[in-house]
Amino acid sequence: MSAAPRSPEPPEPPELSEPPGPAELSEPPGPAPILTATALRKVYAGTPALDGADFAIAAGETVAVMGPSGSGKSTLLHCLAGIVPADAGTVTYAGRDLAALSDGERSALRRREFGFVFQFGQLVPELTCVENVALPLRLTGLGRRDAERAARPWLERLEVDDVTHKRPGEISGGQGQRVAVARALATTPRVVFADEPTGALDSLNGERVMELLTAAAQDSGAAVVLVTHEARVAAYADREVVVRDGRTRSLEPAGR
Amino acid sequence: MTIGHTLLGLLESGPRHGYDLKRAFDERFGHDRPLHYGQVYSTMSRLLKNGLVEVDGIEPGGGPERKRYAITDAGVTDVAGWLATPEKPEPYLQSTLYTKVVLALLTGRDAAELLDVQRAEHLRLMRELTRRKQRGDLADQLICDHALFHLEADLRWLELTAARLGKLAAEVRA
Repeated sequence: MSAAPRSPEPPEPPELSEPPGPAELSEPPGPAPILTATALRKVYAGTPALDGADFAIAAGETVAVMGPSGSGKSTLLHCLAGIVPADAGTVTYAGRDLAALSDGERSALRRREFGFVFQFGQLVPELTCVENVALPLRLTGLGRRDAERAARPWLERLEVDDVTHKRPGEISGGQGQRVAVARALATTPRVVFADEPTGALDSLNGERVMELLTAAAQDSGAAVVLVTHEARVAAYADREVVVRDGRTRSLEPAGR
Repeated sequence: MTIGHTLLGLLESGPRHGYDLKRAFDERFGHDRPLHYGQVYSTMSRLLKNGLVEVDGIEPGGGPERKRYAITDAGVTDVAGWLATPEKPEPYLQSTLYTKVVLALLTGRDAAELLDVQRAEHLRLMRELTRRKQRGDLADQLICDHALFHLEADLRWLELTAARLGKLAAEVRA
């Protein structure tokens, strides 16, 4: 397996918050978590989607978030990624409290340090595959040619370089999902959020996507938050966290 | 697995010595459980007695491992019949897990905890098999997949049962 391709360094993100506080000193031994959530609560229309959820993930670690439909898995992912604010509790990324950031700072964080893969690829249909993968790099300020040059190795890594110039409508679901994974990894994010990334694929394609996603993320030291209801997909993770009625449960220690 | 039929099937491509048969079996089907020499020779003497194999030659030096076996026409028919007969699907009606859940409910213990602990144990093994599958060849992948699908079925049952614990508790305590 070749090393993860490196994209050109995106411009430095703006300073986001104060240095880590003394709370970090009391972390348990093992790799320090890069992303943690404590006592998260989120209510939608009077119904709690999260009701005291905790979570922690270390760099290079893949954690499966499992649970029945409606248990709060996706809400947990959205709160962890700073897409929706929690009503109570804290999410800390690399020592920074997400709630303390401005909307602009949170958007910058999502563009530069987080990567996203969803169930249905969500590729831009008008753009070719290489343009889709280059898109997040262009959003960080990279020029078109540089962004596409940086995108190509990711298409190769995900074994879809043969569809480089095709549009999403011209490729299969499995290929589209690989392009989506390439897009999520192209900015060399520190955390990848994958919400049912294989949910629309057959077993063989789903497993290949998982193999490529976890291997590429591990090589680049990214943490992967993997929301899935499929045990065979979760088995690609290092450990699992179960969400039930908005609360998290883990029978395994955090970190590896 | 029926060792006799498997050894017979391996002989169809040509006569083999006992040690050669054991090696061929272990390579293809042994995985975690290689055959003992004793199993090979007791099986071969049974097949010999039933006329499914014959001794094709004996190397000098004595000992059962020196015998070379060949499959007979009756043996070929036997293998064909075995392969053409579907395996009886396992009905899985005697489940230790189900028994444990009901007993936990009957004795007022925490059945949800029992299911959670079991679930973690199942997923741990699934992760192990997934790693093995990623390192292995196609044969390894197929064998691990077979185990993974069964474990997944168990896990789905654990989840479904966890979701129905309240109702089950009411029924067993009625």
